[in-house]
Amino acid sequence: MERKLVDAKNTFCPGPLMELIGQMKMAEVGDELEVLSTDKGSANDIPEWIHKVGHELLDSFEEDGVWHLVVKKIK
Amino acid sequence: MPSEKISVMVTSNKREQLQMAAMVASVGAVSGNDVTVFLSMNSLKYFVKGNAEQASPEGPVGSLIVEKNAPDFMELFQQAVEYGDAKIFPCSMAVDILEIGQDDLEEFVSEPLGLTTFLSDASDGQVWHF
Repeated sequence: MERKLVDAKNTFCPGPLMELIGQMKMAEVGDELEVLSTDKGSANDIPEWIHKVGHELLDSFEEDGVWHLVVKKIK
Repeated sequence: MPSEKISVMVTSNKREQLQMAAMVASVGAVSGNDVTVFLSMNSLKYFVKGNAEQASPEGPVGSLIVEKNAPDFMELFQQAVEYGDAKIFPCSMAVDILEIGQDDLEEFVSEPLGLTTFLSDASDGQVWHF
């Protein structure tokens, strides 16, 4: 299983979301992407977006001030 | 997925306002909504290629947006179109008065639209103004 890292540290809302979407466009259904964000707002907002458009949030955690969000492309 | 119509009218020449408009347009569009942006008055000149950097900060947040490398408003408008199929129209009156040709505008900006069409299109959705 491919897991692509989307490094969106040191930018602000909605930068991390847009970087994720850019990568999602190029990913295949079933691929997993892990977004790294230092923006707490984005860490709250990205799961909302994932839920709204129908992808799957596999994991989310914070480590040393960096939020990690793991999402699976469903469609 | 529930989809709504979101119409955004942009008339300001200030970076804080342009940034908020771009955020609403891009996040709205990538969340599956039908987004239409209407550019008029003093906002339009920044959508002429190469002019975006001239937008004045307006207040302290506008300055910090530039300083801290927040996503640029022009990039967000472009992503609204590319990722979310938003439509961005220049106001036909503003285009005429400023004598702006279609080739002068950023590539993601559509052909000019009249206010009557924008208002008619906006009548059954959310309307935002910046």
